[in-house]
Amino acid sequence: MSARETILKRLRERADGALSAPESDFSVMTGRGWTPAERLARFESMITAVHGEVHHAARGEWTQALAAVLRDKGVTRLGVGREHPVAVEARAALADGGVMLVDADRDIAAWSREQFETLEAGLTSTRGAIAETGSLWLWPTPDEPRRLSLVPPLHIAVLDAETIEDTFFDVVEAHGWAQGMPTNALLISGPSKTADIEQTLAYGVHGPRELVVIVRHADAPGQADA
Amino acid sequence: MTPLKQYPPRPDKVYFYGTCLIDLFYPGAGLDGIRLLEREGIEVVFPDDQTCCGQPAYTSGYHDEARAVAAAQLDLFPEPWPVIVPSGSCGGMMRTHYPQLFAGTGREAQARELAGRIFELTEFLVHVCHVTLTDRGEPQRVAMHTSCSARREMGVADTGPALLGQLEHVELVEQARAAECCGFGGTFAVRHPEVSGAMVDDKARAIEEAGAEHFVTSDCGCLMNIDGHLEQQQRPVRGEHIASYLWRRTS
Amino acid sequence: MSVQTYTPQAFHRQAHDALGNPQIRSNFRRAMDGLMDKRRSVFSEWDVETLRELGANIRLRALSRLPDLLEQLEANCQANGIRVHWAGDGDEACRIVREICQAREAKAVIKGKSMVSEEMHLNAHLEAAGIEALESDLGEYLVQLNEQTPSHIIMPAIHLNTDEISDILHDKTGTERTRDVDAMTAAARAQLRERFMAADVGISGVNFAVAETGTLCLVENEGNGRMTTTVPPVHIAVTGIEKVVEQLRDVPPLYALLTRSATGQPVTTYFNMISGPRRADEHDGPEEVHLVLVDNGRSAIYQDDELLDTLRCIRCGACMNHCPVYTRVGGHTYGTTYPGPIGKILMPHLMGLEATRDLPSASSLCGACGEVCPVKIPIPDLLVRLRKESVGEGRGNVPGAGVKRNRKEVFAWKSWQWLATHPGAWRAGTGMAGKLRGLAPSTLRPWTDYRTAPKPASTTLHALVKRHRQDHDTTGESES
Repeated sequence: MSARETILKRLRERADGALSAPESDFSVMTGRGWTPAERLARFESMITAVHGEVHHAARGEWTQALAAVLRDKGVTRLGVGREHPVAVEARAALADGGVMLVDADRDIAAWSREQFETLEAGLTSTRGAIAETGSLWLWPTPDEPRRLSLVPPLHIAVLDAETIEDTFFDVVEAHGWAQGMPTNALLISGPSKTADIEQTLAYGVHGPRELVVIVRHADAPGQADA
Repeated sequence: MTPLKQYPPRPDKVYFYGTCLIDLFYPGAGLDGIRLLEREGIEVVFPDDQTCCGQPAYTSGYHDEARAVAAAQLDLFPEPWPVIVPSGSCGGMMRTHYPQLFAGTGREAQARELAGRIFELTEFLVHVCHVTLTDRGEPQRVAMHTSCSARREMGVADTGPALLGQLEHVELVEQARAAECCGFGGTFAVRHPEVSGAMVDDKARAIEEAGAEHFVTSDCGCLMNIDGHLEQQQRPVRGEHIASYLWRRTS
Repeated sequence: MSVQTYTPQAFHRQAHDALGNPQIRSNFRRAMDGLMDKRRSVFSEWDVETLRELGANIRLRALSRLPDLLEQLEANCQANGIRVHWAGDGDEACRIVREICQAREAKAVIKGKSMVSEEMHLNAHLEAAGIEALESDLGEYLVQLNEQTPSHIIMPAIHLNTDEISDILHDKTGTERTRDVDAMTAAARAQLRERFMAADVGISGVNFAVAETGTLCLVENEGNGRMTTTVPPVHIAVTGIEKVVEQLRDVPPLYALLTRSATGQPVTTYFNMISGPRRADEHDGPEEVHLVLVDNGRSAIYQDDELLDTLRCIRCGACMNHCPVYTRVGGHTYGTTYPGPIGKILMPHLMGLEATRDLPSASSLCGACGEVCPVKIPIPDLLVRLRKESVGEGRGNVPGAGVKRNRKEVFAWKSWQWLATHPGAWRAGTGMAGKLRGLAPSTLRPWTDYRTAPKPASTTLHALVKRHRQDHDTTGESES
């Protein structure tokens, strides 16, 4: 008998008999009832507590915030997709600037080492965010591959304020994740960190050292950058 | 953790289960517990045939022996009166483990019924007697060590401190890591003496460092352990069972 | 630093050494105090008991349907392009992993954190086959450089302090000595980035495997887990068969419990959900993803209604963080892959009660572990059950059952039983003890190594009560 058959047989022919499955009450995971303002405030306080950097911008002016971030951080090589509106708008806005735009939608075999060694920042969109834990929700795509938010030392994520939801559970339920998962789904809550050296927190161990979130506001005029 | 217990109204009569450690080593604590109850106008019945709850054998894995001893205790409390135990550890054994020990036997129902009317002494004084204490003692700084069984198995971490809090001249000091085990654990203390020794040393130190002049506990196992260590180390701080302390200061 | 191997058989000696090592004592005490404080504060805004109830419930539901869920997981993983392998024990799992590596002619493997791979001794197996396996979790990396094993399941290098780590990085990698944690982290980052690029295969563990969607969930802060599962062309995930959960909606509660219980974090930096290798139109990610489902004793634990609870574990480590024994002796003392309370209830199944004979007894049954367990495993009850198995009064469902039964001890308990079931004899005996208290020994080793000997009181409670009743009857009033 194969290991598979042996294992399944042992589990099925359980000595103490079949087990009954309890029902689960998930209400503790949902129903926070936060207003949009509370949601945003919670998201911001949670992600900044773990060294995420949050900037606010009006929807139509977000690329100026992006340019300012790139300028402040001294970024000269930015990895960016081509199809997502975030990438399209960023490319348009940065076309004449001093930042070299590196195409992220290429087979990684062609530029793996280049990505590791020369890419200073990666720009991605987000699908939404979770207020409770200050987490970004990303589903990498061919346009914005997995490594764009992982390998460069700076990850810049663009988030629309109205896509922030209360809890992870709410996101999974409301968006029917179970009906179709992408090959890779990610929650990102701050830059990479470790406490493996005597419980001392250090950022940027394997992933990005910095995470910048540009929150776009549809209705409000751009508040002053945080 | 034990679900929130529904407390009965104050009864006229209770049983008192003294525990073997008290019987043999700290009988005064048992008598003081009885006196505290009697002062509340409750008649205390002490079944003469009580011996040991069976816990030492139970935690050592000797369940057949533990069950035989526990079975002998089951019959001692025929009336539906509450059973008061001046120990979280023995109380926890009777409340939590008797039903497990007799599960699937002919005495399961009896064990469950008894478990439902087991109360730790300080728990009973606070939640059923709603006792009011008048302190007649000198000012003193006291630390309380609540046993792990009282805290976690019986869920009565607050009742000892609540009683001490009623004593006007007693300052209750909180030692560091108050919820941490003192290292007694029955046979653990002899099977793993070095680890247990390190634990009791830390506990005794924490009590001293909290500035306590005296300590009390609701379990004689912990008392024997912590007090025995302090005595061996020839430290000035010493301890006693909370029943004795309460009785002494309020009588 | 000398290389030392630890075994559960040498628990007492190892505990003795650890207790006498002030560095170990202070490293663990400080770390555990911090972790307990963080857990307490992060749960403060939650109805933690309701959440724990849900966690326990989800794990029980998964276990109750385990064989069906494993088949569903397999089918959905396969539909997603993940190749699924089954291993009866650690050796078989090692062989499966090695063959996948060899099929790709892999020479260098990079590893994310995986306790199951530690349990299998995978690194040694791969190295014997000429395949280098390098740990990439910073703590695991340091422990591997130091030729040690993890001392904690979440924080593998928690036994080391900054100076020791500085020495290790200096001695093994030539990093300049420093006490600057950022500098050490940066050095390790640079060293490991090269290795991520060069790795042929990435091997990770799994925190939750979702049957409903064929998804493997990984929880981490560093990004090494994402690197391991994203950069090399092949990703092999290794997991115990018990890690499966039924639905995707079961994941958020378990994740919420895991991070808060483990390190007191409301969330980790990364929650990485893998549902397949890269698709044809994708530009990165592994070309192959494998899932190795490892039994290694779990299906045996599964047979018994009580022992089954052991399999609820989500490997948060909260039980060790809160354990007064673990805090004092540290993780290596246990000599087992999983230390602390969860190790004490799991390892006897994996290694037998003979090798682990001192583990179930190494607990005061204080209950701190059970109190914080996010899935409400009754750890103290399971310790008692294993003690019962050890002395041959259990159901014989654990390997090595009865190994500690000996005539002397049985006689002692039987005598105690006789006395405690003969109240007349009990009263006579205890009364006699009081009368002879002057003869009580002042040395009762090992008790008196740390305490004075207990002395029987001159009168028993039985006698005191009798006298009290007589006084009461004579005076006819209460004594207050």
